[in-house]
Amino acid sequence: MSARMIADKTVKYILFASAIISIIIVLAIGFFIFRESIEAWTELGVGEILFRTVWRPGQDQFGILAMIVGSVSVTFGAILLGVPLALGCAIFLAEIAPSAVQSVVRPAVQLLAGIPSVVYGLFGMVILVPLVRRINVPGNSGYGLLAASIVLAVMILPTIASVAEDAIRAVPENYRHGSLALGATKWQTITKVVLPAGKSGIIAGVILGVGRALGETMAMIMVIGNSVIVPKPLSGNPLTFFLSQARTLTGNIAVEINYATGVHESALFATGVVLFGLIMIVNASARSIIRGQKFIEKAN
Amino acid sequence: MNNSKLETINYSLYYGNYRALKEINIKIPENKVTALIGPSGCGKSTFLRSFNRMNDLIAGVRTEGKVLIDGEDILKTDPVALRQNVGMVFQKPNPFPKSIFDNVAYGPRVTGLKDRQKLEEIVERSLRSAALWDEVKDNLGKSGLDLSGGQQQRLCIARALAVEPTVILMDEPAASLDPIATLKIEELIHELSVNYTIVIVTHNMQQAGRVSDYTAFFYTDETRTGQLVEFDDTKTIFTNPHDRRTEDYITGRFG
Repeated sequence: MSARMIADKTVKYILFASAIISIIIVLAIGFFIFRESIEAWTELGVGEILFRTVWRPGQDQFGILAMIVGSVSVTFGAILLGVPLALGCAIFLAEIAPSAVQSVVRPAVQLLAGIPSVVYGLFGMVILVPLVRRINVPGNSGYGLLAASIVLAVMILPTIASVAEDAIRAVPENYRHGSLALGATKWQTITKVVLPAGKSGIIAGVILGVGRALGETMAMIMVIGNSVIVPKPLSGNPLTFFLSQARTLTGNIAVEINYATGVHESALFATGVVLFGLIMIVNASARSIIRGQKFIEKAN
Repeated sequence: MNNSKLETINYSLYYGNYRALKEINIKIPENKVTALIGPSGCGKSTFLRSFNRMNDLIAGVRTEGKVLIDGEDILKTDPVALRQNVGMVFQKPNPFPKSIFDNVAYGPRVTGLKDRQKLEEIVERSLRSAALWDEVKDNLGKSGLDLSGGQQQRLCIARALAVEPTVILMDEPAASLDPIATLKIEELIHELSVNYTIVIVTHNMQQAGRVSDYTAFFYTDETRTGQLVEFDDTKTIFTNPHDRRTEDYITGRFG
C-alpha cells in the first residue's frame, strides 16, 4: 500500500474516532448524572421529587415542582417577548433590508450570542431589576420572572432569528413572484405565502430557543430571585404573576451543589436528569420538524 | 390591425450598464394571442416582464422610453394595481403550498374579498375557464402541489384568471410539460384569447404557429442586446417574412 493510501486510511480512522468519542462523552454524562441521582429516586420516590413543591433540604424534602414551574414560566415569558422580536429581525433581514443594512444588522444580532451569560446577568441586576422594582405592587422586589424573561428573551433572540431567517430564505423565489404577479403587496406576500411556507423552519427555531432558555443558568440566578416558591400573582391582577420570584431547575443545581451531600446532592442530580430529559425532548422535536421541512423542500 | 392593448415606444432596458433591450416599438392588439419568439438571450422574457413591472424586482434595472397599457404609461400606475390587471403565468408551474381552493382564491383575497360564497363562485368560474374544474372539483381541499405538472400549470392559469385581468402574460408556459399537457395548455390559450389579450413567450416554433394570431421576432447580435426585428400576423411571419434573419430563424438555420 502506498504512503498516500495509508494516510487516507489513517485520517478516516481518526475522524471516525472523533465522532465516536463525542458520542461516548454524551452517553457518559447522561449515565453519570443518572447514576448519581439513583439514590434520590429510590429513597424519596419519583412522585415525591416530581410532584411536590416543598424543597427543604434540612428536612429531607426535595420536591422540585416549584423549579419546574419556574423554568417553564420564565421560558414562556422569554418566548412571549423574544419570538416577535426575533421574527421581526428575521423577516427584516431576509425580505426587506438592502444588503448594506443586512451586513450591519446581522453581525450585530449574532454578537448577542457571543456575550457571556454572566454579563447578561449583570445587566439585568444593575439596569432591569431596579426598573422593574419601580412597578408599585406590594411584595415586588424587582427580582423575578419579568426581569428574567426580558434577559432571556434577548439571549435567545440570535438563535431564533438566525434559524428563522434561514427558513425564510429557503422559501423558493417563485412563490414570491407568483404572489406579487397576482397583485399582492410585499407585506401580503410575506404574511400569506412566505411565512406559511417557511413555518416549520421558523417553529424549529423557536423550539431551539426554548431549549436554550431552559438551559440558561447564570443570568437566571442573578435576576430571578431564587426563592423556592411556585410563582403566583402578587395581587389581584394576574399580570403580577411575572413580578413573582422563582427558581429555575438550573439555578437550583448551581446554587446548592457546593454544600450539598448525601440525598440532597443526589436530589440535585435528579434535578439535572429532569432538565436533561426536558431539553432532549425539546431538541429532538426541533430536529424532526427541520427534517420535515427539508423533505418538503425536496418534494418541490 | 385592431385596437392596441399594449404598446411600447422606443423602449430600452438596462441591467446596470448592460443594455438588454434596444428601442422596441410594438403595438400588441387587444383580445388576440401574440407570440414573442427568438433565440435564447434575445430578451423576450425580459420584455414580457416589462408589461407587469416584474423587472422592478431586480436591482439595477433601468428603462427608457414608454410602456403603455390602454394608452396609459405603466410607470404612472401602481405596480400592485397593474399586476391585478396584467396576470402572469410562469415557465415553471408555481402553485403555492396551499389547497387548490386557496390557490385560486389567493388573488381575490389579497384585494380584500372575504365573502365565502363569492369566493366559491370565483374559484369555480376560474377553474372552469382554465379547463381544470372537472378534474379537481371533488378535491378542492387537496394541496396544489399534489397535482401533475400540467394540472399545476392550469391551476396557475386559473389563479391568474381569478383576479379578472384583461391581459395574461405567459413565459414559456408549456416548457416543462409533456406533449399532452402542452396540447391542453395550447387549447386553453386559444379559448382564452376571446376575452383576454395574451402575450406568450415560446421557444417552440410550432407552438407559436399553432396558438398565436401575431408573432414578434426578437433577435440579438454579438452585443447581446435584444431588439425587435419583425412583428406581423403569424401567417406572414411564418410564410413570407420580410427580414432575412426572421426567415433564417423560422426555417431553423440558426437559434
